Amino acid sequence: MTEKIDLSRTYAPSDDVVVREIEGEIVIVPLTSGIGDVEDECFTFDEWGRAVWSKIDGSRPLETVVQELLDEYDAPAGLLKGEVVGLLQELYERRMIVDKG
Amino acid sequence: MSAQAYVRKVRSGESGLWKSAKPALTRLDIELTERCNNDCLHCAVNLPAGDIEARGSEWTAERWKTLLTEAAGLGCLVVRLTGGEPLLRADFEEIYLHARRLGLRVMLFTNATLITPRLARLLKDVPPLEAVEVSVYGLTKETCEAVTRVSGSFAACRRGLGLLGENGVAFTVKGAVLPPTSREADALEAWAAGLPGHAGRPAFAMLFDLRSRRDEAAKKNKAIAGLRQGGDEFVSFARRHGDGAVDEWRDFCARSAGGRGDRLFNCLPMGSSAAVDPYGRLQYCLGLRHPGTVYDLAAGSMREAVTKFLPRLRETRAADPAYLERCGRCFLKGLCEQCPAKSWAEHGTLDTPVEYFCGIAHAQAVAAGLLDWGEKAWTVRDGSERAKRRK
Ligand code: SF4
Ligand code: SF4
Repeated sequence: MTEKIDLSRTYAPSDDVVVREIEGEIVIVPLTSGIGDVEDECFTFDEWGRAVWSKIDGSRPLETVVQELLDEYDAPAGLLKGEVVGLLQELYERRMIVDKG
Repeated sequence: MSAQAYVRKVRSGESGLWKSAKPALTRLDIELTERCNNDCLHCAVNLPAGDIEARGSEWTAERWKTLLTEAAGLGCLVVRLTGGEPLLRADFEEIYLHARRLGLRVMLFTNATLITPRLARLLKDVPPLEAVEVSVYGLTKETCEAVTRVSGSFAACRRGLGLLGENGVAFTVKGAVLPPTSREADALEAWAAGLPGHAGRPAFAMLFDLRSRRDEAAKKNKAIAGLRQGGDEFVSFARRHGDGAVDEWRDFCARSAGGRGDRLFNCLPMGSSAAVDPYGRLQYCLGLRHPGTVYDLAAGSMREAVTKFLPRLRETRAADPAYLERCGRCFLKGLCEQCPAKSWAEHGTLDTPVEYFCGIAHAQAVAAGLLDWGEKAWTVRDGSERAKRRK
């Protein structure tokens, strides 16, 4: 999957994973085969990843998510945008999120 | 913000997963049934597959699903589905899928004889995320069925393994060192290594437990005890590929030296795990069925069991003078299998030392150079120092 993340599109968690919140950590557990590169692992985020993930719910385009994060974080727009796209690219390649259009 | 990898891959058993408190429950063992379609010589659990009374008392899929949901709510990450033979239950798929949809990883323990093409496909499409553990008691029809005592079980097991392999489902085989199979260990390892889908190295059961129900079926105990290997056999089996195992015993002992005092529960990973029998009774582990250590989930809740009942149980103290005199001071606690479940199966108590496991631990310690032949571990005055002894 080499498609690039597009800021004008909307993304949501995939049905191929189960997202759990345990003791304040978000834990993503593969449900179907082929998520990630090894099957016997689950996934979690750093603090920043968690903040972004909580907004990826299929309700608004990514550019709106970036704007919300810019309002919340004191970070240069270019850097923040790059980080969000980097994270979503990784999630998309792992089939943890899907493109809702 | 970090420019490093955003998504961290972790093994669910990794302690590094939790930055703050650990969940109240991380692992749950569920014995879906005590019934089995095999009747293995050494089995500490099985009832006949058609046992109507046992079957009628087993929890329904609905009850298991409710319990699994409760367990996931407490933070549980891994559930082991075992038996008896868990695939004897017609509702196995329903229970399995529910666990996986909750985001639980599933350790399935099976003899593989009841694996169908449909189940293998399900395990392919919705993988358990842990290698399926398959008991393979014999490399030929003759040896296998001398252990399982069921005609046709060899072919059925091979068919099941084939289905797992064809579907790319990861599995590990486990053997047992029994009179019919004792010469097959190396061949079984070599065979397993060549199986498509096989992960890791086979483990072998040798130190057989007596029947944990201590009921009618305990008549079988004499036969089970007769199958056990002695300390010397155990050590030479462990050494068959070199001294790696003996080095591990030594290191392990050095890390865990120090007597048990009057503590009964020394089992390490038990901090946040629990087991439930087929009838909804929560136990510290699957072998410990002493009535005083069992919590009836039908009359309470999982949360209460893991946050109140088990922590209280863990504080239970030993009273048996032999335990206090021996195990209480013994520096081999890291090697020895002595625990309340073993005392229960052998003696019907929680704290009577089990001579068989004591003998095995002593044989290991002698092989590791930690004890002289005939020396008793509990008479060693400074166990921590002794545990560092090198040959
Ligand atoms: S297959 Fe396992 S549960 Fe069944 S009789 Fe054999 S050891 Fe017991
Ligand atoms: S080796 Fe013997 S004395 Fe030591 S802990 Fe085990 S049973 Fe107790």
